[in-house]
Amino acid sequence: MSNVQNAVIGTVRTVLGWVPSQWLPGGTPDPLIERRAAIGQQASRLDGPAKVSGQARFAADVAMAGLSYATLVHSPITRGRITKLESGAAEAAPGVILVMTYHNMPRLGIVPMIGGTNLSAAGNSALPTMQGPDIWYNGQVVAMVLAETQEQADYAASLIEIDYREDSAKTSFENAKPDSRAPASVLFEKNHVSIGNAEQELNRAAFKVDNIYRTPGHNHNAIELHAVTVAWDGDTVLLHDATQAISATASAIAKLFNLKNEQVRVLSPLVGGGFGGKAFWDHQIIAVAAAKLAARPVRLILSRDSVYRMIGGRSPSEQRVAVGADAEGKFTSIIHTGYSIMPPYAACPEPYTLGTRAIYKSKSFEIIQRYLDLDIVPNTFMRAPGEAIGTFALENAVDELAHEMGLDPIELRLRNEPEKHPISGATFSQHATRQAYLDGAERFGWEQREARPGARRDGEWRIGMGCASGGFPYVRMPGVNIRIELRRDGSAKISCSAQEMGMGTATVQTQHAADRLGLPVEAISFELGDSALPVAPMAGGSSQTASLSGAVIAGAERLTIELLRLAGNDSPIAGLRAGEVQLAKEGIASLDDPSRYESFRSIMARASRDEVTVTASGSPPLEMFKFAMHSSSAIFCQLRVSDVTGEIRVDRMLGSFDCGTILNPKTAASQFKGGMIMGLGLALTEETLFDERSGRIMNASLADYHVPSHLDVPEIDVIWTGIPDPRSPLGARGIGEIGITGVAAAVANAVFNATGTRVRDLPITLDKVLSEIP
Amino acid sequence: MTIRINNNDVAPPDDARVSLLDLLREHLHLTGTKVGCNQGACGACTVLLDGDRVLSCLTLAVQADGHQVTTIEGLGSPEEPHPLQAAFIEHDGFQCGYCTPGQICAAVAMLREAASGMPSYVTVDLATEKTFLSLEEIRERMSGNLCRCGAHNGIVKAIQQVAKEQAA
Ligand code: FES
Ligand code: FES
Repeated sequence: MSNVQNAVIGTVRTVLGWVPSQWLPGGTPDPLIERRAAIGQQASRLDGPAKVSGQARFAADVAMAGLSYATLVHSPITRGRITKLESGAAEAAPGVILVMTYHNMPRLGIVPMIGGTNLSAAGNSALPTMQGPDIWYNGQVVAMVLAETQEQADYAASLIEIDYREDSAKTSFENAKPDSRAPASVLFEKNHVSIGNAEQELNRAAFKVDNIYRTPGHNHNAIELHAVTVAWDGDTVLLHDATQAISATASAIAKLFNLKNEQVRVLSPLVGGGFGGKAFWDHQIIAVAAAKLAARPVRLILSRDSVYRMIGGRSPSEQRVAVGADAEGKFTSIIHTGYSIMPPYAACPEPYTLGTRAIYKSKSFEIIQRYLDLDIVPNTFMRAPGEAIGTFALENAVDELAHEMGLDPIELRLRNEPEKHPISGATFSQHATRQAYLDGAERFGWEQREARPGARRDGEWRIGMGCASGGFPYVRMPGVNIRIELRRDGSAKISCSAQEMGMGTATVQTQHAADRLGLPVEAISFELGDSALPVAPMAGGSSQTASLSGAVIAGAERLTIELLRLAGNDSPIAGLRAGEVQLAKEGIASLDDPSRYESFRSIMARASRDEVTVTASGSPPLEMFKFAMHSSSAIFCQLRVSDVTGEIRVDRMLGSFDCGTILNPKTAASQFKGGMIMGLGLALTEETLFDERSGRIMNASLADYHVPSHLDVPEIDVIWTGIPDPRSPLGARGIGEIGITGVAAAVANAVFNATGTRVRDLPITLDKVLSEIP
Repeated sequence: MTIRINNNDVAPPDDARVSLLDLLREHLHLTGTKVGCNQGACGACTVLLDGDRVLSCLTLAVQADGHQVTTIEGLGSPEEPHPLQAAFIEHDGFQCGYCTPGQICAAVAMLREAASGMPSYVTVDLATEKTFLSLEEIRERMSGNLCRCGAHNGIVKAIQQVAKEQAA
């Protein structure tokens, strides 16, 4: 992420600004937006029967003859060096096959890192894996024990003796600030944005707020533990992996172990939740190396403790947000700056200011992020990186300003709705935040809210309502490849190395392909989760559905051309070009004259073909650079706060989303709710407790890190505008991450409305509320 | 003695350290029972021991000696699902599906507990013979089963539907 990158992206945007939009992907809206049959249906998940009956196979479920079991040992110190490593007792313990440390670990290089410049990479750390005695962070893996059974491996691991020389370590957020650095860019955006003089505007604003907001570290906590089952066969290796980056994992292993891509196969048909946490980490490398050294298949299931220690989470942040407004409530100044942690060996920034750039118009802006270098496990992306916590700060501040002005917070927001992108000036492809707010407010009964804090009571309970905006950008990834095999029996198989972590990838793409190819849903099968299939990028940035859809469109175009060629001159469709026909009713029909039609079956029979197979890759996602493509949401929350204990009970929530076409209302509603529930945890209970004295995570278990449980989760209502985005495939934008955005602020704003207490420090725990209740 | 698992007799493992969870998953390849923490915090490993819910990660396999164990595979199949399995699909009570076997096994036992009048923390009338399963009751009684995908609403609805059908 450099100045060079800023220049390149800036140039692409400028050039695309001159290019007429018809020339770009999405220049003319996807025709399927108008004629859809399977898309938009409430289809149940195709993998449902297998999942509810325990038949669905995850990475740690694969049976293999001669399997051996691995356990990892982690460093209990933060910086320093191993001075003594005694593994004799472990090696001699019953059942032990191999003890691997930096002494005997194969010498390996560094994996390619996740990043804007290399979309086929998935690495999270630039540190070497068990290559030497140096310790970089607390929890770093220092040894692995392989045994015949898990019990034997776990016991033997306890026999390894390691002495360390401890060096001083950087573990304090506060102390790292003087050495902070401001990168040139954050993801694809220029980091520092300065429009007008925001400090000056703030000073002379009629109304203003200026506060510091803090958010703690978070961990993904997918219920499925990271797990990999590995087997070498000669010089090829097979990994059954729990990963959201199938192709990238395969190529990383190939690169590290000096293999050709064809020598590595990664299978990951189902993943038990990812949320950003299941890309490429040390455990895959260690398992592959151990399986090679021991010449045995290896199963490595990380313990929950190991997941916390060696898989990074969301960085903590400290954010300053200041908003100034004139007497009419028009924003004159928005300042969003702050600190998050990003060690130099990490790949993933926490881009908490990105959302702020797209959400309101303002006369002036001052935005810049600074990174702190601490000695920690490299942080990584976690659901809605940036926006999840950035909206907490910004949307709290806007609520504070509305209170200050005596204005309804929705009204204040609507007065500052941008007509075009506030920073770049690009046209929005589609933008209906206002409608999302108005629909949401009506459905939620926002008019019942008392503007005066603490005005509603019910016995010991103070009742409050709050709302906040969320948002997430549209991303379509380049480099998505797909294969379509159309068979003479009227069925079609789509193949791609995409991933399924619960989003309903196959379900939705089956619906899509049915409409795209003019086939019934039952005729389509969608094959994914295998690196041997055409390459797809990792599932991230809520991009997978749009990216795959773009590739299916390209595949259907290829298929059309191929079928027209096969149809030849003796067909009712002879002479028609690809642009003049559509795939419909299990055949090809002229757009102008639908009576000119021939079925796939008849074309293929005449050509003596049993199948027609095409491969294609999605068009470059230039629409992203020409248009401002953003989803937005309005989140509403009603809760109670106990006068006696400070306990907060959320009674209801509503999410009103503007995310383009909704492809499957059933699975989409679940994804929105899932995000909102993670937002509830972010607001009220979740916190990775980091001991700044030792550099160690203190609550590395699901008993001590509190994700929302059933009793914490109220009935959640979800609605959407459903207005298609004319620039995206199917009119859809991603929905996997936006659900979490805005939720923490909506909760905080409701707590303020209930009690008059403004909590600017997540999570909003009882003590923070109770100490302020009069 | 033997452990009766889904109506098959199985010998207890030689190594007394083997948990019921690992016996199921690694020795018998009954991988429908999931592992999310191995320390009693998530509920993914829930199975039925003589009809009661237990965390198989905190149960030594030898403790199940002489008892009946029912796992998700023993409740129903894709072709012939248990009513709860069907209701989970209908109400989209899962996304990734990893917590699902534990949720369903816990729900089966929970419905039995409620039917026998066992109160919970949110039960108002502790003397009642048969608990009415409000959404709040179901939520409290299912709180030992975490779901990170956030399928809570669907899970609770699915259970309530089956509870109503059973009561009818
Ligand atoms: S695996 Fe048993 S409770 Fe988590
Ligand atoms: S469905 Fe994924 S954890 Fe519950």
